[in-house]
Amino acid sequence: MLVPAVQVLNPLTMHHQETKSNSEYKMNYLKTIINGIFKENPTFVLLLGMCPTLATTTSAINGMGMGVATMFVLICSNAFISLLKDLIPDGIRIPCYIVVIASFVTVLQMVMQAYVPDLYNTLGIFIPLIVVNCIILGRAEAFAAKNNVLASICDGIGIGIGFTLALTLVGFIRELLGNGAVFGHRILPESMDMLVFVLAPGAFITLGLLIAIFNSFKNRKA
Amino acid sequence: MEYFLIFISAIFVNNIVLSQFLGICPFLGVSKKVGTAAGMGIAVTFVLTVSVIVTYALQIWVLNPYGLDYLQTILFILIIAGLVQMLEAVLKKVSPSLYQALGIFLPLITTNCCILGVSILVANGVYNAHGLEPTLLTGVFYAFATSLGFTLAIIIFAGIREQLSTMSLPKSMEGMAIALITAGLLAMAFMGFSGVDHGIAVAAGL
Repeated sequence: MLVPAVQVLNPLTMHHQETKSNSEYKMNYLKTIINGIFKENPTFVLLLGMCPTLATTTSAINGMGMGVATMFVLICSNAFISLLKDLIPDGIRIPCYIVVIASFVTVLQMVMQAYVPDLYNTLGIFIPLIVVNCIILGRAEAFAAKNNVLASICDGIGIGIGFTLALTLVGFIRELLGNGAVFGHRILPESMDMLVFVLAPGAFITLGLLIAIFNSFKNRKA
Repeated sequence: MEYFLIFISAIFVNNIVLSQFLGICPFLGVSKKVGTAAGMGIAVTFVLTVSVIVTYALQIWVLNPYGLDYLQTILFILIIAGLVQMLEAVLKKVSPSLYQALGIFLPLITTNCCILGVSILVANGVYNAHGLEPTLLTGVFYAFATSLGFTLAIIIFAGIREQLSTMSLPKSMEGMAIALITAGLLAMAFMGFSGVDHGIAVAAGL
């Protein structure tokens, strides 16, 4: 979605770090993680990072792999940007963030190529495209640039887990309906396969319905 | 004839948005009105064609001869970000009217994954060139056709969403949920083109 991109360009959204006591921080770390999983779930609530969500969820295991890969980059870039936040000049912060993120993506590419070549080949172009995933740049700008290292790592873990769970869920549903399988093990007879769910339209429709379900929960609570 | 095949297959058969899932963010974000959608499409066409030329040249003359393949991701994203800034400055000076029309879309294009995605595909030569050797010419042609496919998809989608905005929907379906389901139906319609490129190839005796 475009919202973070607009925020990213707006210098007015830069805030300075608030001062808080130690005990408040400890409470907040756990809260930050939980926040990322449910209240600020990147896929269902913030509606960020749609391309990998739709493209890599043909099966639960692929979705999970993509989620974990993104989480790795997110945690590293959050930590690093939070460390460097006082050194980076305000005017060129976006290019700086992009270089940091792109470096970690390159590290990830090399590691994945060496240890999980099959997954690396399946995810293909979407591994280098983690660089332009709005979630990572959005969290760098909205969280890591104003918080300390530990809080930023917690935010990375929370949002990363939220993203991984969402991708795994979408992948799980698509794999179950399309191939009648759960994590690669077939549980439904072949006659019940609905191939469209593995193909492109199924991705859009599954995600659309999941967001509608999330919305209806939110509306009921409000 | 092969060029015609690349053209048809990139626009209809393997549409960048609806079957390759690249550039979903602007597709969902800037598609509330047909006018802005068309503006975004033209801006993407412009930037994608230029950035493919630059990144391809970089790959062939710098990265390949010196064995710097692992720098591809970092270099490409920086080149694209710089290029977008430069285009913005040049447009502002050379054609203020075009800048007025495209200006607001240009900064958003840096984080558009179809630019980086197609640049990497062309530089690595992993797109479907329909029997031709993947060169700069086929690459640029492929990128141009791809961005036309993007423009086509986003304009159709914006047209549907304009109609949708006047409908009354269940509250939880409003906004992104119905937009994604609409996109799914559109993707299903585009699936009807699958095999057309093969059919043309057979008919032309390739």
